[in-house]
Amino acid sequence: MASIELRNIRKSFGAVNVIKGVDLEVRKGEFMVFVGPSGCGKSTLLRLISGLEDITSGEMLFDGKVVNALTPSKRGIAMVFQSYALYPHMTVYENMAFGLKLEKGHSKEAIRERVEKAADMLQIRQYLDRLPKQLSGGQRQRVAIGRAITRDPKVFLFDEPLSNLDAALRVQTRIEIAKLHEGMHDVTMIYVTHDQVEAMTLADRICVLRDGLVEQVGTPMELYEKPDSIFVAGFIGSPKMNFLTGEKAEAFKCTTLGVRGEHMLVKPDGIWEGEVIHTENLGADTYVYLEMGQEEPIVVRLEGAMQHPSGSKLRVSPMEDRVHRFDEAGKPIR
Amino acid sequence: MATDAMAPVGTAATPKIRSELLQQRARAARWFLVPMLIALAIVAGWPLMRSIWFSFTDATLNDLYGAEWIGIGNYLRWQVLESGTVRYRGVLADPDWWNAVWNTVRFAFWSVLWETVLGMIVALVLNAEFRGRGIVRAAILIPWAIPTIVSARMWGWMLNDQFGIINDLGMKLGLLSAPVAWTASADTAMTAVLIVDIWKTTPFMALLILAGLQMIPKDIYEAAEIDGVHPVKQFFRITLPLVRPALMVAIIFRVLDALRIFDLIYVLTPNSRSTKTMSVLAQENLFQFNNFAEGSTQSTLLFLLIAIFTILYIWIGKVNFEGGDR
Amino acid sequence: MGATFDYWKLTKTVLFYALVLVIVVVSVFPFYYAILTSLKSGTDLFRVTYWPTSISFENFRQVFSQGAFPRNLLNSVFVASVTVILALFLAVTASFALSRVRFRGRSLLLMTILAVSMFPQIAVLAGLFEVIRFLGIYNTPWALIFAYTIFTLPFTVWVLTTFMRDLPVEIEEAAIVDGATPWVIITQVFMPLMWPALVTTGLLAFIAAWNEFLFALTFTVSNDTRTVPVAIALLSGGSQYEIPWGIIMAASVVVTVPLVALVLVFQRKIVSGLTAGGVKG
Repeated sequence: MASIELRNIRKSFGAVNVIKGVDLEVRKGEFMVFVGPSGCGKSTLLRLISGLEDITSGEMLFDGKVVNALTPSKRGIAMVFQSYALYPHMTVYENMAFGLKLEKGHSKEAIRERVEKAADMLQIRQYLDRLPKQLSGGQRQRVAIGRAITRDPKVFLFDEPLSNLDAALRVQTRIEIAKLHEGMHDVTMIYVTHDQVEAMTLADRICVLRDGLVEQVGTPMELYEKPDSIFVAGFIGSPKMNFLTGEKAEAFKCTTLGVRGEHMLVKPDGIWEGEVIHTENLGADTYVYLEMGQEEPIVVRLEGAMQHPSGSKLRVSPMEDRVHRFDEAGKPIR
Repeated sequence: MATDAMAPVGTAATPKIRSELLQQRARAARWFLVPMLIALAIVAGWPLMRSIWFSFTDATLNDLYGAEWIGIGNYLRWQVLESGTVRYRGVLADPDWWNAVWNTVRFAFWSVLWETVLGMIVALVLNAEFRGRGIVRAAILIPWAIPTIVSARMWGWMLNDQFGIINDLGMKLGLLSAPVAWTASADTAMTAVLIVDIWKTTPFMALLILAGLQMIPKDIYEAAEIDGVHPVKQFFRITLPLVRPALMVAIIFRVLDALRIFDLIYVLTPNSRSTKTMSVLAQENLFQFNNFAEGSTQSTLLFLLIAIFTILYIWIGKVNFEGGDR
Repeated sequence: MGATFDYWKLTKTVLFYALVLVIVVVSVFPFYYAILTSLKSGTDLFRVTYWPTSISFENFRQVFSQGAFPRNLLNSVFVASVTVILALFLAVTASFALSRVRFRGRSLLLMTILAVSMFPQIAVLAGLFEVIRFLGIYNTPWALIFAYTIFTLPFTVWVLTTFMRDLPVEIEEAAIVDGATPWVIITQVFMPLMWPALVTTGLLAFIAAWNEFLFALTFTVSNDTRTVPVAIALLSGGSQYEIPWGIIMAASVVVTVPLVALVLVFQRKIVSGLTAGGVKG
């Protein structure tokens, strides 16, 4: 229910500048994902928005009002932590009701009603009387989310909430968070992750951060199709985009040529030849790694199960309209 | 762009807005610390200053407020006699004081030495895995749990010259030819005090050393085992160096404690010149012999001595902290 | 070859257990002997025995019926309990500030607190005497409660600070997001999580106050206001040669049994508390 605006936000810890001037707008009801390699400042940025961390300089606006000085609860945010951070000595119910009880002015019945509504949404009603230690990791995560929902926040913040779950549960919870967003589409959500798959599947828009600065903001498809830099091109998409330099790039009039594995075609008259060094068969598709005299082997993604014995030669061509050309500074040539 | 000019943070064009959260926490921290600080000031800071001040006055027990400043006279004053010889007076010229200093230092040295050696042995035993370890650990906690006064009384009875079990045992085993008046005789009084203190405090030492031992990763020993390093060599080459930081801190902790010993000596060997320590002498002067100023002087000198060791302790503790943490 | 090896191993095991036995016997025997003595009466007292021959509760009866010992016991319980409650109350909030709020001079403050706990009590004795006289609490239990703060407070602050530093940051942050003030965080989130630490430090402070002698000897002068350590130290008979050993041992056992029981029940906690206060500190 709130739009968030960051104006030249900076944050330093002592002499270390972690956030180096971020301008960003998060729209009302949007699902924004912060993504980037570890140490890029994405978690710090989230904590600045939450109010847990003091802003060194710049302005933070919620619905056009400066909130730099406000405490987290006055900003109307709720947060889901990486370690869930449930209160170990309180039952699930008490965990979820704690914030409302502190807010004053809510009757017992009103609190119960809101907790139960949130619990129903997350299907944790049968656990309300249990302690966190009696729950599995996935159930704890739901309680943490439930605690946030109960407070009926304007802004919902997630700090790598899935990183403590195993792979299967991660996918399941991811889908639930996506559903949750659909059900609460007037609530602004900001989600931090280092996993670009999570970012691609959940986000309305993604903000790629690098070294304390915003590298690019856009919808998942914008980032995938029109990356603003080599960094974003390499970060978004799996398998990682192939980068070719030297003669092969010069032929396309650029310094670095980026081609995604899925945009390579195997054909007898392919313009490049490479030696198969490794094949990964994933069932639905196959990754073939080719040695082409580049820094890293070139990945070609093929549909279906394919067999290409190591050592054999393969000719490939990039799809002409899907190549990404970058200049010396790593910026795209369009 | 203009924004790049304001790179050094804090000199920003927009005035920095302090967050309410930080202010709230800073305010709370102040309110949380104030009662403790006031309590410590009344109960430690102020009395310490007054004690030191008294040592420069002629205060007496009955007339604290009438005390007048007399300078360092309580520490040392001198008088030139008609014969031309100089006579020194004051605590620093008092043989009783130096006797107490010597007793204190002697006590601290021997007790800490034995407690360290025995504590190390007990800790090594407790660090080994064997059946009944829990019982041994429980057993060694008993001396620690017994109040010092009680242990002084208990041992006073056991060391009794006529009916004491120690003499009985010593004679039955042929270690003693005649009963010894352990606590009363000047030759053995200090030994008696040391026995009781070592008995009571070795467990504490052992537990501190044990905590240090348990931080040593087991695989180091496994590696040494594979390399065929002799157990004795293992102890001196691996265990001792690794446990040294914890050991040093424990030793200084104990030295500080031993230097201020009062209760054990006061009860076990009352009025024995051969065991009277600085604390006992000072307490007697302050409250029993009506030498309030002199007692204050002695307690101030003891404070100085311990202050030096405290600084040493904090210094070593800090070194340990930096070395051990990362 | 194999036989000699086994022989050597056996010797080692025997020696090890002999050492264990010595440690246990030396640790436990004096207390055992005190109990033994306390159960003797009359001339039995002056015959050295290693096993109980006859059991008599005469000494215990005397301890509780004559003199001010029951009163002394109550004084000790009162003084130690109030001291602990006071110290914990002041220390919990202070250690929150010391462990959880960043401010300038924090480590200096911690060092000062540590230094105070190293204070020789004798160094403040004269000044403390003056303050206690000034407050009009001389020769009352309050004088001791007041004086004991000098060692219980720094100790509890130090140990609770180390404990609180180890509590997860995210739980505190979750509470902040929920709108909790520092006071609410302490009372509703941290205290329930810290109760083991509170029990441990409280227990150690209790033992320290229970055993204290110098202040108790100096600041109380009448039989009715003394605590048990002083009472036991001053227990004597008509003359120097008539020390009532049986009664002294009975009193000693009465004073010590609850402590030993507490210590054995809370073994693990006490060991961790001691090392937190000692090694880390």
